[in-house]
Order: sequence, then C-alpha cells, then structure tokens
Amino acid sequence: MHSRFYRSLYRIRRAEEEIARIYPSDKIKSPVHLAIGQESVAVGVCEALCPEDVVFGSYRSHAYYLAKGGDLNAMMAELYGKQTGCAKGKGGSMHIVDVAHGVMGASAVVGTPLPNAVGYAYALKVQRRPGLVVCFFGDGATEEGVYHESLNFAALKAVPIIFICENNGYAIHTHVAQRQKAFDQLAERARSYGLPAERFEDDDVFKIYERVHAAAEALRAGQPGPFYFECQTYRWKEHVGPNEDYQLGYRTRDEAEPWMTNDQVQRVGALLEPAERRRIEAEVEAEIQAAIDFAESSPFPPAAELYTNVFKEA
Amino acid sequence: MERTLSYAEAIREAFDQEMERDAAVIVFGLDVDDPKAIQGTTRGLVQKYGPERVFGTPLSEDAMTGAAIGMAFAGLRPIHHHIRMDFMMLAMNQLINIAAKAHYMYGGQLHVPVVVRAMIGKSWGQGAQHSQGLYPLFMNVPGFKVVMPTTPYDAKGCLIQAIRDENPVIYIDHRLLHFQKGPVPENLYGVAPGKARVTVEGKDITLVGVSYMHVECMRAQRYLAEKGIHAEVIDPIWLSPLDTDTIVDSVRHTGRLIVVDNGWTMCNSGAEIVATVAEKLGHTFAVRRLGFAPVTCPPTPTLENLFYPNARTIAAAAYDLVKGSPQNWMPDERAELQEIEFKGPF
Repeated sequence: MHSRFYRSLYRIRRAEEEIARIYPSDKIKSPVHLAIGQESVAVGVCEALCPEDVVFGSYRSHAYYLAKGGDLNAMMAELYGKQTGCAKGKGGSMHIVDVAHGVMGASAVVGTPLPNAVGYAYALKVQRRPGLVVCFFGDGATEEGVYHESLNFAALKAVPIIFICENNGYAIHTHVAQRQKAFDQLAERARSYGLPAERFEDDDVFKIYERVHAAAEALRAGQPGPFYFECQTYRWKEHVGPNEDYQLGYRTRDEAEPWMTNDQVQRVGALLEPAERRRIEAEVEAEIQAAIDFAESSPFPPAAELYTNVFKEA
Repeated sequence: MERTLSYAEAIREAFDQEMERDAAVIVFGLDVDDPKAIQGTTRGLVQKYGPERVFGTPLSEDAMTGAAIGMAFAGLRPIHHHIRMDFMMLAMNQLINIAAKAHYMYGGQLHVPVVVRAMIGKSWGQGAQHSQGLYPLFMNVPGFKVVMPTTPYDAKGCLIQAIRDENPVIYIDHRLLHFQKGPVPENLYGVAPGKARVTVEGKDITLVGVSYMHVECMRAQRYLAEKGIHAEVIDPIWLSPLDTDTIVDSVRHTGRLIVVDNGWTMCNSGAEIVATVAEKLGHTFAVRRLGFAPVTCPPTPTLENLFYPNARTIAAAAYDLVKGSPQNWMPDERAELQEIEFKGPF
C-alpha cells in the first residue's frame, strides 16, 4: 500500500514540477494551476476508488486526473496543445478529461462541476449501476449558490456521491476568513443539509484514504449517500503559473512552512525501503520523460479540427 | 382520418411516447408532477413512469441544469422544464459554460443530450419577468440547437427530434400556442433541423414569423389579401441551425422581407436572417425587422398592446414595404382572425 501511495504522490509531484520547469519555455500553451502541496487529498481519495467510479473537479485538475488513473501522455500533450492530447488540444490544462478512466472533465468556473457530479450520481441510482461519484472542489466553491443547491439535492435524493472539499484557505489571493464569517464551519454547514460531514485538520494521506474508503464501501454496500469530507491542505505555488508567490504579501512563507515540513510525498517515501523508493522514482521519472517526449513530438491539430466536435452526430 | 390535438396535448404525447420507448428519458423541473402538470403537458407521466423518472425539483435552476448535464454524461436523456423562460437566467453558467461546450472542450469524449424546455408567456399582464423571448442568447453560442415550434404537428415532432438529439437543445414553446389545434399523427415522427416551412405561398413579400409571431403573420397575410397583396409566410421552426436557404429562395422572387421576432429586434433572429439573406442574395431587397418595443414589457393592457407586434401592425408594415412609402393604412380588426387567441384570465 505504501508503495502504491508513494508512486501516485511522487508521480503527481514530479509531473507538475516538470510542468513548472518547462512552462517558461512557452512550449506549454495553457495556463496551469499547480496542485503541488495538495497531492495527498487527490491520492488519499482516489486510492479508495474503483475503476468504474468517476471523479469531477475544477481547473486545479492535474492531481486528481493522475490519481484516478488518467493517461499521463494525453495530459501532457493536452498542455502542449497537441492533437494527441486528451481533448485534442481543444481543452487545455483547465479541461482535462479521461472518460475511460473515470475522469469526467474539469471546469474553469468554480463550483460548476458540483451539480454535474450530483446528476451523474443520480443517474447511477436510477440506472441501478454500481459505482459512485467523487466531486473535488475548493473552499471558494462553498460560496457559490450552486454549491448549496447541489448539496441539498444530493441529500434529498440520497445519491451515491462523496464531496471532497480541498480547503487550501485561499481563493486566488483572498483568505477564506475574508470571505466567510463562519469560515471554519464548512462541515457543520454541510451537515445542516442532512448529510454526514467530517473535517480533517491536516492533509494526512492515510487518514483521508481510510475515511473515504469507509464511505465508499458504505455506498457500495447500498447505504444512502452523500458523504462529505473537508480536507485542510495548502497550495505551495501561485494560484496560476509555475512560481511561488510569497513575495506578494497576501500570505507568508511562515504560514506554508508547517505544510512543507509535513510534506506527504516525503513522509510516505520515507516509509519505503530505500531501494524500493529508488526503483519507483526511476520508473516514474522515465514515465514523465516519455510523456514530455510524446507531447513534444506530437503534431498540432490540423486546421480541420477547428470545426469538429461542435455537435455530436447521431 | 386525420386526428386533431392541441399544441399542449401534442407536447404531452411526445413526452409519453418517448418515455415509453426509451427508459433513459427522464423529465424534471418545477411543477412537472403537480396537479396542473404544466398546462397538462406533463399530465399522467409521474403515475405512468414513477417519481424517479418524473419529479418536481427544488427551486434550484442552476443545480438542476447542472444535474441534467451530469445525468446526460451518465447516459440518461434528461428534459429539464422551465415554466417561464425568464427562469433560465438562473442557469446560464451551466448552459453556456458546460452544456454548449462540453463536447468541444473535451475533444469529443463527452456529449450532452439534454433538452431544456422553456415557455414564453404573453398577455393578461405577464409583465417584465414572465414574457421574455430570450432565444437569441442561445442562437449566439455554438453548441446549442434552438427550436420554437408553432403548430401542434411541429410541437410533437420537434420535441421527439430534440429528445433524440445527442446535443443540448433549447425547446421553446409559447404559452399562447398551447391552445392551437391541428393535425397530429399518432405515430412517432421527428421534425428535423435544417428545413424551414413555407406555410403560405405568395409573390409580393416574404413574412418570417418566429414562434407565436408566425400566427400573427398568418393573420397579417389575410389582411394583406384584402388589399390584393400576396404574402408568402415562412415558419423557420428551428432557429439554430437556421435554414436560410428557404428564406433566400422566397426573397429571390418576392424582393421584400419582413422578419417578426418574438423578442426584441436588436441582435435577434431578424438581424441574423436579414444579414444572411443579404450575403447569399447578393443584391438589395426591401426589408423590415419587427419585434417587441425596445422596452421592458409592461403589464397594463394599453401599453402591452403597443409593446407587441400584431397582425395589423405587421400588415401595415408589409403594405408600406410593398408600396415603397408610408401609406397610413391599418386594417380594421377582424374578429374571425382572433379565433385562436386565448382569452384569459390566467
């Protein structure tokens, strides 16, 4: 289990570090919202899922895409705007998708995927299909009207969904305390809609996994949903782009320090035998380099692609 | 023998037959399962298909639109109802940012077979927020199909077509059209996009009427006949994709065009049709756009009557266009042409 978790954590971290390294070259033709520092939420959650389960989320999308099993080559090529990208270069970093692996897209508009995820879960229930839905969203989404509408409807219809609030404390550059009076009561508010909700005070990947796994097993056993988890986490990089932004003054490096000290990637890596860790790292490095090579060598979409996929033909 | 149904009955039959044919079809929105069943258009569906497939929703237009999209991703074919089109404004993010774009921005991996059915209100004091014809908003965005049937036949055929379409379709019915009666086959049939219908042939002027304004154009055509003017009347049926070829062919032999929108004229289908006809025809023609007065709809009858185009004002505009100058002619009201008008109260 530790090896599996480490592989996923390390793969996301290193893929995004490579994206950050390449970004200034302007080869990546898409604004990137890096999840460096937040990997443990995506990994803890997705390790609890089965292949038939699906995930929805927003523009900070790379972590949950990769954690759920999304194709790395196709993601990297999408960032480069290439024909071999998961959306043929027509989505970009904010709209990566891999339906075959249960990644149901990503939205650039905060809160927007919530009702899509709830609707999908309602369909699973109506169709008597196995599986469940996870929706990732940030603390900012909890301020959108559609969040409240979605939680209400999900609870009303008892759909098989797990809501995952990734609370990194900031909507772009504004702290949640400047946006919500009861900013520390997200889970309480969720509970008031009639669904069980739990708040985690740190980003302990094993705790997230354990609790989400229990919820997923309950849903698989036919217990009514939804479930809700609020995960405290921290974004190390700027809102959008490859750099740090502590110099802007809206937050301090001191605030980030405990999260970096408690880095879940290093923590889980340290649990492995050194040889095993080196083996995993070497394999992941090779995989990431291959994905970069794949993206760089792939062609851009031809002109005719501009007009495809406007409508789906019957 | 030809069977006659009302427009509302035709809509109900399309829902019923499609739900029976395909278990993936699911119907929801405010009031779809209440005793009035949206003017009867969803009557009996919840009894027949159960509350999982037919349900009234919380007052959450935004989330229910998003939920419809998610259901469509999972293989259902949802139909989301709005008892007034004005309520769709609460759902524009989901419609424009996801429904219209998902197929394209996900490179074809996902698609959104959703029907959004919305009703336009008119008369007996509907006022500012119950009477808007906001269809050009959706015509403007790639990824939507937009249909505004005017006859019971098209109400059923277009709805079946919309439900079977793999893309988001905005299906707009006008409240006053619900009382129209006409021939409706019992079998399942579709009325596909891409073909406007010439409802009356004529040689002097082309009248294109959108939704309820098509009824007014039909009446205007009768008024114009009194003056010896033969108007050709066209019902575009589908506004997106829009069949302009039929309209171009008509204007080619009439040389004159009036488009009557069921909304404001600025950036509406009239502007689009006139511009496209001009591009395709390649020579000048006489033209007028008619539509709502460029103000908010007032409920008081004296002002409301001035707000909307009607058969007589359309006929007067057409007469001026044919004569080439203002004629100050306005036909007298003919009661027998009002026979299909609903008299209220609501």
